[in-house]
Amino acid sequence: MDKILEVKNLHVNFATYNGTVQAIRGVNFDLSAGETLAIVGESGSGKSITVRSILQLLAKNADINKGTILYHGEDLLKKSKKEMDAIRGNKISMIFQDPMTSLDPTMTIGKQVAEPLLIHNKVSKKEALGRAEEVLRLVGIPNPKERMNDYPHQFSGGQRQRIVIAIAIVDYPEILIADEPTTALDVTVQAQIIDLLKELQQKIGTAIIFITHDLGVVAGIADRVAVMYAGKFVEYGSVDEIFYNPQHPYTWGLLDSMPTLDTNEEDHLNSIPGTPPNLLNPPKGDAFAPRNKYAMQIDLEEQPPFFKVSKTHYAATWLLHPDAPKVTPPKGIQKRFSKFKKLGDNE
Amino acid sequence: MAKYILKRILYLFLTLFIIATITFFLMKMLPGTPFSNQNRLSPDQLAIVKAQYGLDQPVFIQYIRYIGGLFQGNLGTSFQFNNEPVTQLIGQRLAPSMQIGAQAMILGTILGILLGAIAAIRKNSWVDTLATFISILGISIPSFVLAVLLQFYLAYKWHIYPVALWDNFQSSVLPTIALAALPLGNVARFMRTEMVDVLSSDYIELAKSKGNSEWQVVVKHALRNSLIPIVTIIGPMAVSTMTGSMVVENIFSIPGIGEQFVKSITTNDYPTIMGLTIFYSFLLILVFLIVDILYVLIDPRIRLGNGGND
Repeated sequence: MDKILEVKNLHVNFATYNGTVQAIRGVNFDLSAGETLAIVGESGSGKSITVRSILQLLAKNADINKGTILYHGEDLLKKSKKEMDAIRGNKISMIFQDPMTSLDPTMTIGKQVAEPLLIHNKVSKKEALGRAEEVLRLVGIPNPKERMNDYPHQFSGGQRQRIVIAIAIVDYPEILIADEPTTALDVTVQAQIIDLLKELQQKIGTAIIFITHDLGVVAGIADRVAVMYAGKFVEYGSVDEIFYNPQHPYTWGLLDSMPTLDTNEEDHLNSIPGTPPNLLNPPKGDAFAPRNKYAMQIDLEEQPPFFKVSKTHYAATWLLHPDAPKVTPPKGIQKRFSKFKKLGDNE
Repeated sequence: MAKYILKRILYLFLTLFIIATITFFLMKMLPGTPFSNQNRLSPDQLAIVKAQYGLDQPVFIQYIRYIGGLFQGNLGTSFQFNNEPVTQLIGQRLAPSMQIGAQAMILGTILGILLGAIAAIRKNSWVDTLATFISILGISIPSFVLAVLLQFYLAYKWHIYPVALWDNFQSSVLPTIALAALPLGNVARFMRTEMVDVLSSDYIELAKSKGNSEWQVVVKHALRNSLIPIVTIIGPMAVSTMTGSMVVENIFSIPGIGEQFVKSITTNDYPTIMGLTIFYSFLLILVFLIVDILYVLIDPRIRLGNGGND
C-alpha cells in the first residue's frame, strides 16, 4: 500500500518555567492512503501533540527538535509557513475535540464551511457556498439551505460537531486528523459521529488518524491501533492484534479496565494504579515500569526496543525478550488470547 | 427590534424626566443666588428681577413651570450669557466640542484597536511592551499636560499648527490629539486583553487548521470577536469626550461647551445648569441605546427580541 505519511523519530519539547518537558520522545508511524490509524492512550500521553506536530499547530513554546514528518516523501517540518498554509485544510485537515468552542461564534456556518474552499481554490463565493451546502447535507444537517445563515449557537452539540467535520472534509483532504472528536459528546451522539466518519471515509477515500482514549470507539473505526504512553508508542498492530493479542502490560491494563459484555455487576472495574511519569525528567528505563506489576530489573534500567510479534504487530516490552520469564497476563487478557486463537483458526 | 427600540426611547424620556426632577431640587439646594454678585441692585430692583425670572415663586411652582416648559422644548433663558435661550446657547457652543470630541474618539479608537491588536498578536515581544507603555502614557498623562506639550512643540517651536485658534480643520488637530490620548490608551489596553483571549481560543485554532495565514486569522476571525467588549467601553467614553473638556478648550481657545458648564454652576445660572445636565443625560442614554444596537449587529448571540423581555 501507498505510504502517504511517515513520521520518523519525532521529538517534541515544551519550554516551561519549570524546565523542558519532553512531551514526545521518539515516535514513529506511517499512514497508508485510505486507512484508519487510531492512537490511544491516557490524557497527557502525547496523542494530540503528535498529530498537531503534523499540521504544526502547536503552542508557541513547543519545539519539534528532532525527527521528520514525510508527506509524500517531503518533510513538512522543512516547509515554509506559506507552504504549510497551503497544506492545512486542503491536503490535511483536522477535526477538533470540543464542538462547543471550535466554531467562530460571530460567523455564519455557511461561511465557515466554505472558508477552506475560498482559501485553497479559485472559486467564486457562490460556488463555495453551494459546495458548503452540499457538504452540510452530506454530514447530516437537516435543511442545510435554510441553516447556512445560522450561527453556531443555534445548533446542538452533535450538530456542531457535524459542522466541524463538514469544515474538515469540504476540500476532500487526503488525511483527516480527528482529535478526540467524540469525547465531548454524549454516548448516542458519539455513535452517530463515528458512523458518519466511516461513511464519509468510504465516500471520499480519506485516510484518518483517530485520536481517542476510549478503546470502545477504536474497535468500531480503526484498521490499525497504536498505544501511546508517556510520549512514546508502546505497542502497535492491527485492530485485532491489539484487542485480542496484546503484548504490552500497559495495553493489558487499558483493555482490562474496559467493561465488556462479560463484566458482571459485582465485578469491580480494574484500573491501572499510579500516575504517568513526570516528563520534565523522564525515567531512564521503561516509563511504565513503576506502575507495572510485571516489571523486571531491566525495565528500570533500559528502555525496551520494539519486539516483533507479527509482520504488522510490534510491542516495546522486555517481556518479549527471549530470555524473559513467562508471565501470566490478567484473566481478561487470557480470554482475549483465546478469542484471538479462534480468529486465527477461522482464517 | 423596532418595538424594542421604541420601548427604549420611551424609557429614555422617563429617565430624563427623573433626572430633570432630581437636578432641579439639588440645584435649588446650592448656596447663593444667581444675583449674589449684583451688589449695586437695591432690594426693590432685586425683587423685580427675581419676579421677572419667576424666582419669587415657591420652589414647587418653579418646578412645575420648568417641567411644563421642558415638554414644549423650552429650556428657559440663561441668567448670565446675554439672556440667550439655553437651547440656542447649547446649540452654538456644542458644535466645536462635538467636532473635536468626535475626531478624538475616531482617532483614539482606531489607533487603540490597532495598537491593542498588534500587541496581542506579538504578545510578550518588544512591540507588546511598547504598546503597553504607550497606552499607560495615554491613560496617565492628563490631557492638559499633553495639550501644552503639543502646543509648545508643534505650534510654538515648529509652526506646524496654530497655537490657539478656532477656525478650520488645521486648528482642530492639536486639541483632537490631546483628547484622543485617553480613549487610545483605554481601548488599546482592553483590546490587547481581549484579543489575547480570543487568539488562544479553539475557533482560532480551527481557523488556522483551515489554511488561513496568521494575518487572515486575525482579520477574519479574531478582530470581530475581540471588538464585542470594546463597544461597551467606547459608549460612555464617547460621551465624556464629546461633551467637551473645559481645560483643553480653554488652552486652545475653543468656544466649546465644557467651559460654559463650569461657569454656569459657579454663577447659579439655573436654566443653563438644567439644560446642560438634561442634554448630557440625553446624550449618554442615547449612546447606551446605540451601543446595545451595535451589540446585536456585532454579536449574533445577542437578540433584542420580545421587546427586550427575554
